[in-house]
Formats: sequence, structure tokens, C-alpha cells
Amino acid sequence: MPHRLLKFAFSKEYPEPRMFNTPETLKPEYDVVIIGGGGHGLAAAYYLAKEHGITNVAVLEQGYIGGGGTGRNTSIIRSNYLTPEGARFYQTSVDLFQDLSRDLNLNLFYSERGHFTLAHSPASLRTQRWRAEVNQHLGISSRLVGPEFIKEQIPEIDLSCGGHQPPIHGALYHPPGAIARHDAVAWGYARGASQRGVEIHQKTAVTDIEIRDGAIAGVHTDKGFIKTKKVLSAVAGWTTHITRMVGLRTPLVIHPLQALVTEPVKPWLNAIVVSASLHVYVSQSSRGELVAGASLDPYELISMRSTLDFAEGLGGHMLELFPCLGEAKVLRQWAGLCDMTPDFSPIMGTTPIKGFYIDSGWGTWGFKATPVSGMTMASTLARDEDHELIRAFNLSRFEQFDLVGEKGAASVGH
Amino acid sequence: MKIIDCPVNGPRPLQEFHFGGEVRTMPDPARAADAEWADYVFHRSGEPAVKREWWYHVPSGVWFIAERDNRTDQFVRTYLYGEGPANE
Ligand SMILES: Cc1cc2nc3c(=O)[nH]c(=O)nc-3n(C[C@H](O)[C@H](O)[C@H](O)COP(=O)(O)OP(=O)(O)OC[C@H]3O[C@@H](n4cnc5c(N)ncnc54)[C@H](O)[C@@H]3O)c2cc1C
Repeated sequence: MPHRLLKFAFSKEYPEPRMFNTPETLKPEYDVVIIGGGGHGLAAAYYLAKEHGITNVAVLEQGYIGGGGTGRNTSIIRSNYLTPEGARFYQTSVDLFQDLSRDLNLNLFYSERGHFTLAHSPASLRTQRWRAEVNQHLGISSRLVGPEFIKEQIPEIDLSCGGHQPPIHGALYHPPGAIARHDAVAWGYARGASQRGVEIHQKTAVTDIEIRDGAIAGVHTDKGFIKTKKVLSAVAGWTTHITRMVGLRTPLVIHPLQALVTEPVKPWLNAIVVSASLHVYVSQSSRGELVAGASLDPYELISMRSTLDFAEGLGGHMLELFPCLGEAKVLRQWAGLCDMTPDFSPIMGTTPIKGFYIDSGWGTWGFKATPVSGMTMASTLARDEDHELIRAFNLSRFEQFDLVGEKGAASVGH
Repeated sequence: MKIIDCPVNGPRPLQEFHFGGEVRTMPDPARAADAEWADYVFHRSGEPAVKREWWYHVPSGVWFIAERDNRTDQFVRTYLYGEGPANE
């Protein structure tokens, strides 16, 4: 280390490589074009290069990498889902996340906190028990706990919710529930992909997609046309823009989801706390800020505006759970876009258009799925066949009335 | 505060309204093929554009149609079902 520092001091150039290369111009043709430089698009590029040796790949990002949902989410990672398809899929992601800092050689600040989903009624307690049973059956660490356990782990919580709301009857407790530094996830995948030859083009928007004889022929961008036979759309809240370009009908509708952080305070909240009935969830970041969110905005909107309604509503419910926060100041508030499906499961894999692959329907729950989505989409693109873990999430499930009902575990819980 | 023009009660705050989703025409359930029925039940036109939507004024129980731009949140016009420009 001292030697490297010395070398740096005498060098005119910064000796460390940049996070990723920034090529000036687009090539006329790529084997694969990935639309969207969020975590999902970058992870797919990384695994395409690393696992399948496909490196003539361009990731096109209209803004800057991680500027979409990837940099706006509240970074909760967990696998206590309700359906066997969902639980298996998200558990694979948690397994990948646990080793990701080493794999990407970048500290992602992955931090296991324990995740509580509070139940405010006997009915809600029954749902949490159902989830615990499904989870345990599938080998996921998750169990039902009573109010005493909650109070012991989170002494600041008011189990009676100030008397304004039904009291806390118990919770689903998921010890591996974690948070991580979301920007670093995008940067780590970008760097890993770039080191293997993938090109990442920021400020490059896809404006149209060329289809000939039912197969992908190329993409138009604001910097010109690129030939390619394979396109992956990994644009989450912008998916309906892209599906319009290729004439694909989907159930997706876009809603804003908002979040806020308080000023940093000394560490006191170790767990991630979610209240299913109060539509509140909160955790404390490694910087000490309380990161909190609520449920989706109530109507469709493809816009990232923030509202006072949200801050007021969330503030009120936070105080019912944590009266000690009366003096805490809100530092920032923002919104992101969520592409919602009717069954709260993603839409992934092959489509009726040859060479057009989709990774979407991430709603409010897609950050935790970043590694597994990248891995399974890379395999799907390389083999032109849906990876086994995502077969249940194909767009065709709606035509076959074969939905993967995940609402009870995906909404609000994040 | 956002104000919506209810065709019966006039301008009211957003908080008094409930969003009812896109206006869709139901195919004949007896005759629709499975794919057509699935398209009606699940698929939506979620693309960026001015949309025709159902909205509900909760205090007075009025359902009506709004034409709204889903990118800017601007309400272009509101009218009762059957009275609009398209006269559905
Ligand atoms: C407030 C909030 C809180 C959330 N909390 C959680 C949470 O705690 N846990 C969790 O698991 N999930 C959470 N989510 C959901 C999560 O953020 C998303 O599901 C996830 O980030 C999706 O990642 P992505 O890579 O698919 O998309 P994004 O990160 O949104 O990336 C898509 C990219 O595509 C680009 N793009 C769009 N159109 C084009 C085009 N035409 N050409 C080129 N580029 C284009 C965009 O600029 C964007 O950068 C939350 C979301 C929000 C908004």
C-alpha cells in the first residue's frame, strides 16, 4: 500500500483504471444489444461475458448507469416469498448476493439485518404463518415470532401503535434479510462486464427497434442504427415504451413509488421493519439515515415527481411505530418508476418475437433479483431457451391463465 | 394540491377520487376465444399517451371518464359515460 501511494503521488496520471471503459462510438453491429444500464441489464452483460463467453455486447443507457430504479430503491434483499417459483428464484439471488462483493471485487456493503413483516391482525398472522411454512419447506430461513421477541430485538418499537392502529400481534421473521449499496451493484457489474470486453454506452437512448420477418434486425438509437439479432429489454419502469416499439401487448402498467431518508442519526435500528397494514417499511443505512418507504402511488403515472401526500402519510405511520422519531428531519424524498404486473411476479425470458428478450415487471421488488435475473437472462439469451428458474415467469403465462400469485409477499414488503 | 374536474360536482381535490383503470370494451364471454379473453382480462395499454380512464368521485359516488396524459398527469377532459366526444 505505501508503495502504491508513493507511485500515485509522483505520477501525473491516476494509476487505477476507471470503473469501466467509455467507448466514444458505437460499432455497426453487436451480437447482443442490452437496452437499459440498470443493475439487471449490466448483470446480464456481466454473466453473458463471464459464463457464456459472449463479449460483443453493447449496453445502451439513455441516462447514466444506475440512474433508474437501481439507484432509487431502498435496497432491501430477502427471499421470504410465497410461491415455490418465487421463493426458489429469490433465494438463488440471495445466495449470489452473499458472495457478490468477492465475485465483483468491490465492497457492496452487504449487511444482514433480519427482516420483520409485522402482523396487525389474526388474519395477517395466518398469512405470515403460511409464508413461514412455505419458506421452511423450501429451505429458507423464516419463522413466525411473537410480540415479545419483536420488542426484544427492536426495543424502540411501540407494539400498541400509539393506540391509533391495531396492535402488533406478531411478525414473519427472516434473519437473512439484508441491505446493500445499490449504486455499487451497478458499478461492480459494469466494471466486471467492461473488463471482459462489453461496451457500456451512457447517454445513448434506443428510439426504435427494427423487426424483419418476425425477428429482430437491429435497434435505432439517437446516435444511429446498430445491427443485431438479439435484444434484451431491461428497462423496468420504461418497459411500456419498448414494448410499443415492437408491438407486444403486456399487462404492465407504470406507477411511481416514493421513498425518503432522514438526516443521519446514531445507529439504533438493526432490523428491517415492514408493516403490511400501515404500508410502511424502514431500515437504517450504514450512514445512519433512516431509509423509509410506503406503498405505490395510487394511480398510473410515468413520472418521477414527489408528493407531499406521501411524506405526510409515511411520517404519520412511522410515528405510530416509532414515537421516538418525532424530532427526526427528512433530508430527501424522491420517486422511481415501477412496472406492475397483476400477479406481482416479473415477466422474463423469450417472447413471440425471435431475438427479443424481456426482463421486466420488476415493480417494487426488483433490486434483490438483480444477480439472479442477470444470470438467468444471460443463459436465456445464450441458449435461446428460458432458464429453468424463470420458466414460470414467461409472458405467455397470462394467455395460459397460469399466474404466479405473489401479491401477498411482494407488495409493500420490498 | 391537485384538482380534478368532476363532471357532476365540479373541481375537487385529488384525495376525493379513486382511480378505476383504463376504459376497455369487454368481448362477448360466450364467444371470445381464450386468447382474446386473456388479452381483455390481463393486458393493458400502459404505454405513454393520453388515456381514457375510469375515475370515481368517492363522496358522491359518481363514476366518470377522464382523458389524462399518463406522462404529465394533465387531465385533458372529464365527462360522464356516454356523454363524451367519442359518445361511447
Ligand atoms: C422507491 C423505490 C424503492 C424500492 N425498493 C426496493 C427494495 O427495497 N428492494 C427491491 O428488491 N426492489 C426495490 N425497488 C424496485 C427496484 O428499484 C427495481 O425493481 C430495480 O431497480 C429494477 O432494476 P432494473 O435494472 O431492471 O431497472 P432500472 O434500474 O430502472 O434501469 C433501467 C434503465 O433503463 C434505462 N432506459 C429506459 N429506457 C431506455 C431507452 N429507450 N434506451 C436506453 N436506456 C433506457 C433507464 O434510464 C434506466 O437507467 C424499489 C423501487 C423504488 C422506485
